[in-house]
Amino acid sequence: MADEVSTNPPQLRVVLAKLGFDGHDRGIKIVARILRDAGMEVIYLGLRQSYKNVVNAVEQEDADAIGLSMHNASHMTLAPKMVAALAEAGLEVPVVVGGIVPDEDIEPLLEKGVAAILGPGASAEEVAQTIRDAVASMRAETSQA
Amino acid sequence: MSLRGLSPADIFERALAGERHALGRLITFVERDAAEAEIVAEMAHTRAGNAHVIGITGSPGSGKSTLTGQLVKLLGEAGKRAAVLAVDPSSPLTGGAILGDRVRMEDVASPDTFIRSMATRGHQGGLSLAVPGVVRLLDATGYDPIVIETVGVGQVEVDIAGTADTTVVVATPGMGDSVQANKAGLLELADLFVVNKADRPGASDVRRDLELMLDLSHLSGHDQRTGMRPEIVMTTALSGEGAPEMWDAIERHFTTIADNGQLTERRINRDVAEVRNRLMADLESRIDVMLTGNSLSGVAEVLDAVAGRSLSPTAAATQLAARISDL
Amino acid sequence: MSDPAPDQARAAWQEAYDSTKLRDVPFETMSGVPVDALYGEGPYPGQYPYTRGLHAAGYRSRLWTMRMFAGFGTAEDTNARFKELLRSGGGGLSTAFDMPTLMGRDSDHDWALGEVGHCGVAVDTLADMEDLFADIDLSSVSTSMTINGPAAMIMAMYIAVGENTGVERAQLAGTIQNDILKEYQAQKEYIFPPRPSMRIITDMMKFTSAEMPKWHPISISGYHIREAGSNAAQELAFTLANGFAYVEAAVASGLDVDDFAPRLSFFFNSHSDFFEEIGKFRAARRIWARWMKERYGAKDPKSMMMKFHTQTAGVSLTAQQAEINIGRVAIQALAGALGGTQSLHTDAYDEAMALPTENAARIALRTQQIVAHETGVTNVIDPLGGAPFVEWMTDEMERRAEEVFAHLLDIGNDSILEGAYAGIENGYFVGEIADAAYRFEREVNEGKRIIVGVNEFTEGDDGERNLLRIGAEVEDYQLKRLNGVKQRRDGDAVTRVLERLKTEAADPEINLMPTMIEAVKTFATEGEIVAALEEEFGTYVEKVFL
Ligand SMILES: Nc1nc2c(ncn2[C@@H]2O[C@H](COP(=O)(O)OP(=O)(O)OP(=O)(O)O)[C@@H](O)[C@H]2O)c(=O)[nH]1
Ligand SMILES: [Mg+2]
Repeated sequence: MADEVSTNPPQLRVVLAKLGFDGHDRGIKIVARILRDAGMEVIYLGLRQSYKNVVNAVEQEDADAIGLSMHNASHMTLAPKMVAALAEAGLEVPVVVGGIVPDEDIEPLLEKGVAAILGPGASAEEVAQTIRDAVASMRAETSQA
Repeated sequence: MSLRGLSPADIFERALAGERHALGRLITFVERDAAEAEIVAEMAHTRAGNAHVIGITGSPGSGKSTLTGQLVKLLGEAGKRAAVLAVDPSSPLTGGAILGDRVRMEDVASPDTFIRSMATRGHQGGLSLAVPGVVRLLDATGYDPIVIETVGVGQVEVDIAGTADTTVVVATPGMGDSVQANKAGLLELADLFVVNKADRPGASDVRRDLELMLDLSHLSGHDQRTGMRPEIVMTTALSGEGAPEMWDAIERHFTTIADNGQLTERRINRDVAEVRNRLMADLESRIDVMLTGNSLSGVAEVLDAVAGRSLSPTAAATQLAARISDL
Repeated sequence: MSDPAPDQARAAWQEAYDSTKLRDVPFETMSGVPVDALYGEGPYPGQYPYTRGLHAAGYRSRLWTMRMFAGFGTAEDTNARFKELLRSGGGGLSTAFDMPTLMGRDSDHDWALGEVGHCGVAVDTLADMEDLFADIDLSSVSTSMTINGPAAMIMAMYIAVGENTGVERAQLAGTIQNDILKEYQAQKEYIFPPRPSMRIITDMMKFTSAEMPKWHPISISGYHIREAGSNAAQELAFTLANGFAYVEAAVASGLDVDDFAPRLSFFFNSHSDFFEEIGKFRAARRIWARWMKERYGAKDPKSMMMKFHTQTAGVSLTAQQAEINIGRVAIQALAGALGGTQSLHTDAYDEAMALPTENAARIALRTQQIVAHETGVTNVIDPLGGAPFVEWMTDEMERRAEEVFAHLLDIGNDSILEGAYAGIENGYFVGEIADAAYRFEREVNEGKRIIVGVNEFTEGDDGERNLLRIGAEVEDYQLKRLNGVKQRRDGDAVTRVLERLKTEAADPEINLMPTMIEAVKTFATEGEIVAALEEEFGTYVEKVFL
């Protein structure tokens, strides 16, 4: 059994949260299930989390990635703040934003340190792969730095 | 601060200094049974052995996480550094898991509280190895008490709660919980019963049922074995009502078993059980390697002989048993 | 009401129909073929259990109300729009609030940044409410307010505005959504835990029953349940169950069912599966009538008649090839009409991404006008009634809903209200909704279900995703306004009244409305009142159910 497991890559641990007031959680719940079914461990924080809660969770749960779901126009203020809060805590963990983000906001968000953006039409495979890729490229970045 | 490029020993130092991400990373080592885990275990073991370990179990949705949240809130207010290990089941199909216990504790817990969620299958070597390893780390880094929340279904989960210093079994009204608890063997394990959701009708009936069952088990000598009759505490975890009484009862239990020698005995048993589980896991993986790999000459022949009906499985096992240590 | 013989029922319908004033249009096809008012058998329109509609003449007498709901910016902006609407002959004002207001928090809350004045007006204090309704005679309008968690505070402010302008509360007409149960189940704009929330709602029902005869203290909404991912049968079942729960709560608080039930109204979603939606609407009326009569002992037929508003399904709109949403909306609007809705909001095609543009909102309105005036479906009452598939679908929707009611009664010890609490607590509702949403999503993912423009027929998308933005000026303005009000008011009076409110909250026998009204009159902010009540009631934190 031990060798069977060790041939698998270690399980990714992903924190999922929504910041601020926005209460649309249909998407984030679907994503939680998609990631679970892709074999990941999802630490689900759900609605109305503060930056501090997310940072705490990432530290204590030693998460590999964060998924933020955003459905109102506040992604431009909240997501970069989340990235900054993580940097301040010395956490090298990619932030993937999912939900409703207009095209013109994608570049600015990536520039502000968001790792990837998943639109409403993303398939299950894309969702899981985006997380894996984000973790992989964060690791590559930090190991070479 | 970034943990990049640090050795396990460095990370351990950081964890000792109170850096929570460092502790989080050490737990990951233990969970994955990574090479670092052994080094970490050594360092931790010499420092551990102080924390009061509390297991909280009960049927799904009985309010374990809410109660735990209330408990750590109290403990935080009393200036204690508490830690919580919340164990949730993984999907048997994909091995993935959704861990949702944190949310119910985070907001009430004091900033000093350390909360870690753990999936039942998210670690090599099994839950029964990972949990003691994680508890040891929490203990070594100064967390006391340590609360382990597990769902009271499934033998392993029940066992884990059962190996705590104090095992709390949560029951609720209206779900036939006391009966359920009896079936799952939880009654035997309980050092303390909590009837949660006391705001709902039927709570006193549950209490009465439990008293009755305790009377019966008293007749069968349960109390002599454990040294005390479990108390029953009523709580409403949503409002926090009864939580202080619950904590008092937990402490009373702890003092009692510390005084009567039970505690030492339990802890020795726990360590022995861990050594045993380790050995079993080791053995099992060797056997797997032996039977499925080609690393050992002659094994394939023995198995072929069994398949060809010229050697019985029993005889084959006897032959191979002698070779386990070669691996 | 014993079952009248079939021909008697027909005659009764005929009589009711004949005495109804009809719209002055030719009831004939486009080609000039005259059509009857009604085809098929009973139960006839306007007769219990109202499967075929509430009124004997259906849309022949009156079309549905084309209600378009929109709003953002400051209270002053919205006030200007209200006045414009009133000048052009409208009498109904529809108010949308911004997210902080909906959550019971002030504009200076940490999370409010970027949300103030977005998707609705910001109301922090009575001063904002006064701006919102400045120079409008509240005795001559009917106001609908879409707010739930802090509904009591907003209603208190509306009452205060009335009183400060010399309008008695008894003259105030309108509706406040105030449907808190579906917040825990779906929309998630809750503040306090369920039971204290219900206490506030019962206080409001009692208060309005006694003092505000023209006020509808609750509008029971399935719309958000559907948007959260439920299927049609769940939308139907959960919404009606919530309705029953409010009825039980009101009756338990001492009200007579016929005293308040006629003032209950509903709000449904209209999605794309045409016949399923129609079956859902027809079943909804029938179930409500039966339960009100048989289980809750209503005597007044008005208590049994379910009135509902419909909105097309926001979730069905796609960001890809957004213009094709016009087609979806048209079909959904048609389903609403064939299901007999009392009023209808059609979504703008560009709403998947953000607030609608003006052009898109106009097209949406035009779409329902086409359904009303060009398709001919309004010429015949319940034109699909009696069609085997439609009747089967109606029965099937009802059957599925009844299964849910049975489950709730089971977990609620024979009470739907207790069942609703239990289902919120044990994750039944959110779990069922999440399961349904996930199932659908997987089917789309696996290509088993085709969503045009998303997983098939994807050519033609211009990739553009536009977003209407609200400038930061609204936020700045609102923050200054809030600060100014806080500086001018009598701080001690605020503290005193909030203290009293807290004490009263601890005593379930006291109706909180009078003190709530006093509190808003001191210019205590919505957020302060919420915080005071939270001290007594606690804050709801959702358990994670997935
Ligand atoms: N009425 C009432 N509800 C409670 C009480 N304690 C917890 N709950 C509710 O019960 C539900 C389950 O609570 P949890 O604390 O998540 O229960 P749990 O035992 O940790 O659940 P799992 O981890 O899923 O097994 C939640 O909806 C709580 O709000 C209580 O004292 N009274
Ligand atoms: Mg739990």
